[in-house]
Amino acid sequence: MFQGKRVIALGDRDGIQAPAIAECLTSAGAQVAFMNTECFV
Amino acid sequence: MDLATQARIKELAEGERHDDLVVVIGHLDVGGAELAAQTVTVGDPTWAGPLAGVPLGLPVYHVLEPEVKGLVAPDAYEQHLGLMEMVLESDAPIQAVRAVRERTPSASA
Repeated sequence: MFQGKRVIALGDRDGIQAPAIAECLTSAGAQVAFMNTECFV
Repeated sequence: MDLATQARIKELAEGERHDDLVVVIGHLDVGGAELAAQTVTVGDPTWAGPLAGVPLGLPVYHVLEPEVKGLVAPDAYEQHLGLMEMVLESDAPIQAVRAVRERTPSASA
């Protein structure tokens, strides 16, 4: 499902942040195309 | 979803290699998870950003979905997601993303 895919990681400051998503999906064989952690203040 | 993020996603989805894109969401609140999933499938439901009225139909998953967990290296999962999975009070955010994906035929990888 992720092997060879490019992932857009959309994290949330109060949830799971984008770098954590990116690390995990990289381990599943994906490349990271873009990541961002949203922060609502 | 902020406007700069929407603009970047639109740019990627309109690029040459758009067929291999997958969106993975990490919001633990139902509203935030659903909003993000809708924005990358049917378009920005708030009609505020570059993806308003732009149905990209990208495949979208929540990072804590079992289908995702099964593909992540166990040590990476434990290090980055294990604690968050334990403190998640309900699977409602996961179900919200799944529901958006299932309503969008092109949004399954």
